[in-house]
Amino acid sequence: MTTPVLSIENVSYSYEQKEVLEHIDFTIQPGSFVGLVGPNGSGKTTLIKLILGLLHQKRGDIRLFGKPIDKFKEWDRIGFVSQKANSFNSGFPATVYEVVSMGLTSKVGYFRFFKKKHEEKIKEAVHLVGMSDYIHQNIGDLSGGQQQRIFIARALVSEPEFLILDEPTVGVDTENVHRFYKMLRDLNKNKGITLLLVTHDIGTMTAYASDIACLNKQIHFHGDPESFNDLNDQDLSNIYGHPVNAVTHDH
Amino acid sequence: MLSSFLQYEFLRNALYTGLLIGFIGPLLGTFVVVRRLSLIADALSHVTLSGIAFGLMLDKKFGVGISPFYAGMSFSVIGSVFIEQLRRVYKAYQELAIPIILSGGVGLSVIFISLADGFNTDLFNYLFGSVTAVSRQDLWTILIVAVLVTSLIALFYKELFMLSFDEEHAVVSGIHARRIHFLFIVLTALVIAASIRIVGVLLVSALMTLPVAASIRIARGFKQAILLSIVFGEVSVISGLIFGYYFEIPPGGTIVVTSILILLVTIFVKQVIQRTRTKRVKT
Repeated sequence: MTTPVLSIENVSYSYEQKEVLEHIDFTIQPGSFVGLVGPNGSGKTTLIKLILGLLHQKRGDIRLFGKPIDKFKEWDRIGFVSQKANSFNSGFPATVYEVVSMGLTSKVGYFRFFKKKHEEKIKEAVHLVGMSDYIHQNIGDLSGGQQQRIFIARALVSEPEFLILDEPTVGVDTENVHRFYKMLRDLNKNKGITLLLVTHDIGTMTAYASDIACLNKQIHFHGDPESFNDLNDQDLSNIYGHPVNAVTHDH
Repeated sequence: MLSSFLQYEFLRNALYTGLLIGFIGPLLGTFVVVRRLSLIADALSHVTLSGIAFGLMLDKKFGVGISPFYAGMSFSVIGSVFIEQLRRVYKAYQELAIPIILSGGVGLSVIFISLADGFNTDLFNYLFGSVTAVSRQDLWTILIVAVLVTSLIALFYKELFMLSFDEEHAVVSGIHARRIHFLFIVLTALVIAASIRIVGVLLVSALMTLPVAASIRIARGFKQAILLSIVFGEVSVISGLIFGYYFEIPPGGTIVVTSILILLVTIFVKQVIQRTRTKRVKT
């Protein structure tokens, strides 16, 4: 059996008195494209922070590539695109090239400088997200959707095996959302990158992901999009705590 | 015009010092501005003043020969450490550290200055900068500071850049944010203390922020922003020294006024460029 990219066993987390995650069991296999959906306040961002080691779980076990998270050191195998990526200081004078180069900073390491091969990798990552024409533009001059691609490129440049995206399409218009998801699916299929995408946009997600997981304090569902679509409205409103009409897109 | 600057030793000292601070001020200032810490420079310059006043007082009262310049530099570095501590204590009100340190600096300065029997020319020079007060020894100290700051920034450039752009991402990628930030704030304290001889306590933060304010309007990319701000900084410092010497006024004033003129020109040029660009798109 292959080692899961991520395995979470019986993890709970609470802020002061309030429990936000209860007994989470969750596994991601290599090569999958997992959509993690859930209503606001369902603990999605907390779960991501735990996976990235920004928060520390009090109970349970989190493993990345089979290693317990507190002993995990190979962070360059993991890429992260934050929800906040598009709320950065838009007046910051940095070119696309410079922004993407930051993805290599920790891989290159302290007391070392960028070399020719790093430059090539940066250009390749920008090309991969289809933004080569903009490489010397300031990031602040690009549209929200274009900026988000640049942040994906920054995550991809260190060639991660596991890419985590936290609500990356907030503020991106519908047409570009689809283009964006297609790009992710291509990365998943052609480059074999395992993806975990957090979103509240259930509809679009089911059209692209290989697995859907529903979170609302607990994992309420984890399976393929077909069986997710088979869930009736009653099941969904149990997850969300209120009635929902999931608009699903056909493949 | 520059000939007398090469002829007399005290003017040579001032010129070389000016060129050094015109380089390191905007170099570090670019990081200060993009991290939205412009006011920290002000807080630290006032702490430096309290150190200078402390040095002057020791000299006057007890005849202890500590150079006020070194006393100022030590106070500035200690002040920077305090700011970091305060920012950690008041996580939700990080800007509070600035008024606390700034007023603390001014308060201590008032006490030490009064104990040292009030104002004198020496203090006036520290407040507004001076063309004539730079000694050979000051020049050497500032040279050492400049070499140290420049080489450390070159060495940690990519980490500092990443931390300035997106702190959370830097932390996730395994950058030691706290240590790098600490290094950055200590370097800022050193640059401020070094610049005070020429620019003066009250205007030193301007040398770190105004050239940057101009450069980020027109620069493409971070490296270009640094380069342009250094050019603007040097132009301001040189004009400050020349006017300061010929009109017998403290150079700090002219340095700031020149920087503001450069700033206005860049804002104007940028607007003209934008207007012609939108016109071209329309036609």
